Amino acid sequence: MGKTIAQKIFDRHLVNKPFGDEINVLRLDAVFCHEITTPIAINDLVSRGKDRVFDPTKIKAVIDHVTPAKDSKTAEQGKILRDWARRNNIKDFFDIGRNGVCHAIFPEKGFVRPGYTVIMGDSHTCTHGAFGAFAAGVGSTDLEVGILKGVCTFKEPKTIKIVLNGKLQEGVYSKDLILFIIKELTVNGATNMVMEFTGPVIDAMSMESRMTLCNMAIEAGGTCGVCYPDMVTVDYLWPFIKNDFASKEAALKEYSQWVSDADAEYHEVREYDVTKLEPMVTYGNKPDQVKTVREMEGAPVDQIYIGSCTNGRIEDLRIAAAVLKGNKISDNVRGIVSPATPAIFSQALAEGLIAIFQDAGFCVTNPTCGACLGMSNGVLANGEVCASTTNRNFTGRMGKGGTVHLMSPATAAATAITGKITNSPLFKK
Amino acid sequence: MKNFKGKVLFLDRSDINTDEIIPAKYLTESSKEALKPFLLEDLELAGFNPRTDIKGKAVIVTRANFGCGSSREHAPWALEVNGINVVLAENFARIFRQNMYNCGMMAIELPKEQIDMLFKKYSGKDCEIEVDLAKSIITVAAGSDKDQLQVKIADFDKCLVEAGGWVEYADKNY
Ligand code: SF4
Repeated sequence: MGKTIAQKIFDRHLVNKPFGDEINVLRLDAVFCHEITTPIAINDLVSRGKDRVFDPTKIKAVIDHVTPAKDSKTAEQGKILRDWARRNNIKDFFDIGRNGVCHAIFPEKGFVRPGYTVIMGDSHTCTHGAFGAFAAGVGSTDLEVGILKGVCTFKEPKTIKIVLNGKLQEGVYSKDLILFIIKELTVNGATNMVMEFTGPVIDAMSMESRMTLCNMAIEAGGTCGVCYPDMVTVDYLWPFIKNDFASKEAALKEYSQWVSDADAEYHEVREYDVTKLEPMVTYGNKPDQVKTVREMEGAPVDQIYIGSCTNGRIEDLRIAAAVLKGNKISDNVRGIVSPATPAIFSQALAEGLIAIFQDAGFCVTNPTCGACLGMSNGVLANGEVCASTTNRNFTGRMGKGGTVHLMSPATAAATAITGKITNSPLFKK
Repeated sequence: MKNFKGKVLFLDRSDINTDEIIPAKYLTESSKEALKPFLLEDLELAGFNPRTDIKGKAVIVTRANFGCGSSREHAPWALEVNGINVVLAENFARIFRQNMYNCGMMAIELPKEQIDMLFKKYSGKDCEIEVDLAKSIITVAAGSDKDQLQVKIADFDKCLVEAGGWVEYADKNY
């Protein structure tokens, strides 16, 4: 019997199985940290007299959720992370001016490689599986042990394979696709499972789009989303690995060990032809409450938010700007765009995208999570509605009493112009 | 070891997420105790009032996929500082479940039929539940009604509960 990519990664990283097949203790290649869930772990380590890290080169840290600090408490959280990074010689620490949303900046810096094990005190760590890695969100205690010992426990991974055939229509994106998949699986459908995305639709996708897809695996309960590494992966990573390999082909050959065997055992295999898939949007307050934009068209909104670890990358800003170019947003809405990293911001500036957003009437913020979790930079008032490119529509997620509709950057931009949920002109019905 | 015995809070809904258990705006608190007044503040459940319904409870019984969403360990902490160390459900979101055991608390899975039975027979009553970790037995009682349920608690999970959490265990073993 063959193995899945997740099983292969587990085999390579297994430290031991202290209770038989019940649990695997895995060695970690990377431990990512941000200022919301790490300070508590740091404080606990300090109070135990264990203010150490297992390997400062394998720990990467960023202040991203609330930056610049909005009050004394968030300033304190930033300070704890900053001081800890300095004391422990963590060189890859990103503070304001160089910081961006964790799941955008860490891949951009080349910190994730095929075959890696990655944890972070953040549920959307599943994003990094787009590189053919096993990457999982954990709580502060797992994070603390990860920082101290470089290990973490996981049950044997079961995998749902999702084969995506056909070709996405113009104006339909990986965000629409993952909303459709979550609707199919439900919010509990992939609990404790790895979600493996394969097929011609994935082969044709950029790394950015694959990250959007894997980012939302957790919304179906998935432990990690995974795409097989291919030439797209190698091209993305090339600036970081070019000294390690004689050629891109050699890199691809090495990385090709991180694909599932043809006779691997799956918990479930689902196959979809997505050629007819339309732009999708959520209603209600669970990410599996999904309809086509067509069905939801005309529903009024108060705010548009384009950003986050789901859809705040350059590709997303290009798509939104293509819709907004030459248009003004409705007088009834306010628009906020947060490029996810400084590099994305600079690129958007160089390409004239920032000017398009501003001319349309958008506010452009610095890279941060901010409004995505209702912490800063665009919190909703009671009863308000936001059209958002983020990943969670839980009640109160972007502010107490607020409602969130999740959608692609194209739909969000079109919705900004009309003030009502609207299909983008890029999608020709 | 923590206390695993006491009055029961029945939450009759699936997919209760960690944002509902403790909203993101409280994640800037740096002590567990500060989370106490905000537990389940945003829970969407008809008839539930966090200000009156949580006090004095030690066990939660709920439906499927409890604790989905964010990885925040603030969710188990908010339960813990309110004296709730056990949740019984059909299943749990992976990260939430691991966080519970990592804190020396228990997230116990029961078959749907047993959860249905608990709601039918005991919700609305002055019900008490006790977990016997060594025997893996849950005792449910209200007035003259009483049930004993055999449950599965993995050896690793037991070990974390006994050790007081994953940091203690890992520090000894890795
Ligand atoms: S952008 Fe939103 S979902 Fe992503 S890491 Fe930040 S808060 Fe979490």
